[in-house]
Amino acid sequence: MTQKITGAQALIRALELENVDTIFGLPGGCILPAYDPLLDSPIRHILVRHEQGAGHMAEGYAHVTGRPGVAMVTSGPAATNMVTPLCDAYMDSIPMVCITGQVPTTAIGTDAFQECDTVGITRSVTKHNELIMSADDVPLMVRQAFHIATTGRPGPVLLDLPKDVLQNSMTWHWPSDEEVLDSLPGYKPVSKGHPRMIKEAARMILDAKQPIIYAGGGILKARAADALRELAELIDTPVVTTLMARGAFPDDHPLCLGMPGMHGNATAITAMQKSDLLITLGARFDDRITGKVATFAPDAKIIHVDIDPAEQGKVRRPDVPIVGDCRLVIEEIIKAIKDLLNGGDKQQDISAWKSRVSGWREQFPLYYPSNEPGEALKPQYCLEQLRDGAPEGTILCSGVGQHQMWSSQYWKFNEPYTWVNSGGLGTMGFSVPAAIGAKVGRPDRTVWAVDGDGCFQMTAQELVTASVERIPIKVAILNNSYLGMVRQWQEMFYEERYSEVYLSPELPDFVKWAESMGCIGIRVESPEEVQPAIEKANSIDDRSVVVEFRVDAGEKVFPMVPAGFSNDDVLLHPDQNNRREFLR
Amino acid sequence: MSTNPYVMNQPAHHILSVLVQNRPGVLARVAGLFARRGYNIFSLAVAPTEDPMLSRITIVVDVESAPLEQIVKQLFKLVDVVKISELDPRRSVERELLMATVRVPAEDRGQVVELTNIFEGKILAVGVEAITVSLEGSPDKLDDFEELLRGYGIVELQRTGRVALPKLDKEARLKAVKHGKAS
Repeated sequence: MTQKITGAQALIRALELENVDTIFGLPGGCILPAYDPLLDSPIRHILVRHEQGAGHMAEGYAHVTGRPGVAMVTSGPAATNMVTPLCDAYMDSIPMVCITGQVPTTAIGTDAFQECDTVGITRSVTKHNELIMSADDVPLMVRQAFHIATTGRPGPVLLDLPKDVLQNSMTWHWPSDEEVLDSLPGYKPVSKGHPRMIKEAARMILDAKQPIIYAGGGILKARAADALRELAELIDTPVVTTLMARGAFPDDHPLCLGMPGMHGNATAITAMQKSDLLITLGARFDDRITGKVATFAPDAKIIHVDIDPAEQGKVRRPDVPIVGDCRLVIEEIIKAIKDLLNGGDKQQDISAWKSRVSGWREQFPLYYPSNEPGEALKPQYCLEQLRDGAPEGTILCSGVGQHQMWSSQYWKFNEPYTWVNSGGLGTMGFSVPAAIGAKVGRPDRTVWAVDGDGCFQMTAQELVTASVERIPIKVAILNNSYLGMVRQWQEMFYEERYSEVYLSPELPDFVKWAESMGCIGIRVESPEEVQPAIEKANSIDDRSVVVEFRVDAGEKVFPMVPAGFSNDDVLLHPDQNNRREFLR
Repeated sequence: MSTNPYVMNQPAHHILSVLVQNRPGVLARVAGLFARRGYNIFSLAVAPTEDPMLSRITIVVDVESAPLEQIVKQLFKLVDVVKISELDPRRSVERELLMATVRVPAEDRGQVVELTNIFEGKILAVGVEAITVSLEGSPDKLDDFEELLRGYGIVELQRTGRVALPKLDKEARLKAVKHGKAS
């Protein structure tokens, strides 16, 4: 069957065939042709107020559904506005397909109106990108884009479509899987781990006396949470979950130690540090985890499972590198361990190690001084109340900074895909649009965005999108009237010389701002107002709610491993410092 | 010449032979990756192979072997990169082309001609006070030739960067970099 359609019609048809149900976007000159057939398509388009919002919404959608998020914007400034979300998605391995308009092929290179070198600009922040020069290529390129974005280590792919390519007619042909694979001779992601390495890993796990499972975001990408739990229970080994892996292993599980790293808890940090085997699953030894690399987990052997071979040995040389899909590899390791056990091998007794770990947990719980009457509201208290009031299955999104760390520390993540944040790039302003995307992906869930007053001011306008498109989310602003994390560093490392970190408690008026965007606005200033405000917010389902918590600006995030410090020298909360000797 | 890694006895350089899809922008992707990860390309030669769908990029990198592993793995991740081989300089044949214009008065021209003949080079053009010569050969040989020409006064000189193939003896198989194709 051959029929002539336009490149734009082919694009929309191809997106439909890729099972896209939602596009986040904003039209403009060069992408106009693609917006016409969209009118006749079942695909839902969500009209954002800024292109960056479209990108983060696509990310939030992908985070909670596992399906690629799709953003579509025009050329030039729209494409450059998309650079931040693309880089964010690249750093956090989020599957995303971004479609940008481009000036007509005849105008490329002439500095035409709204022309920019989109493919050149986004080359280093995408897994792959393509400028499509012929309408005939559209279906294959779309299929390639979705294939590349979702397989191997997921990531963002950008397709740049000149206006005439969208307008020209083409002969429709939907390429087969085989044609797609044949068109990508250089792209063959490995998914199955090497059997010899898997056996070696199994043996090493049984021989370890002080093992720790170091679980990263790859667990979630590989849908490996169940496999992880089975492995952890089989070998009765404690699990740390990185910022990107919160929820990959239930926080209420007795083996869960929570988050390690710069603002991880003392137990998770120290357990990694003292371990003799780090079973690394889909994690990448980020500098926020390792602290000073030279002194990181000095006695630990390393098993490193990652689908990206370039992560093996990038920071820490593994003793057993296994390139492959986390779920498949973990399942194979479980099988290999069972084979060894059935063959009469025994696992080392790790009870002494486990009791040492339990000792740390008792001595070093997360801590903040409680609210005294008349004193400023503690942000951690607000988070605890949010957590305790949240309906089952609530998805939590956060921006970047102190509130992000407190969210990760104080929330209880017992289910995968309920935590959405910007880990690698650390993009302030991520949470509101990401929460909107998450709510679109999981309309059945309550979605809370925890934001700082600094972050909120970067992307708040997307609450207009939320109101118009009837996507009810809830936002908790922890307003300390500062760029809090920067303030914390200036207090601790720059002799309290506060430089350009003070925002304002009164400006903007967050409640009025929320109301002007069609949301309910609530202001909370004292501890007794916290719970009623949260209850009210949770009871509203027909529109978005913004709760502004006026919190203590002096509160700092602890524990902390300052940049360049060894994890051995983690700074505890000053009130816990007298117990430091137990951290051995 | 002190920065030239060719002149050292043991190879301080690596030759990467990178087979890529012959498509627009591929060179930019490869070069951009080196820049982004902080590696220096010493020389670069690129041309289509016997299969017009593919191009071969020969990259000389002057790094220690540990970071090379990282750049090779990152290169593998480029969707357009089909295959990477690391050529051991001791087990490969390398060739490069040099062209130079040397300022030399007519009465001394004979010396440059003689030198060029000794090296089995070619005379490309002759002017009243200058001569343009070319030499194709191993990079070491080109280094020597260049050094000698320098005594006369080089006006302009251009080298192509090396291209390389494995030697045909038994051990000199392409040492295909072992890490599996990346995601």
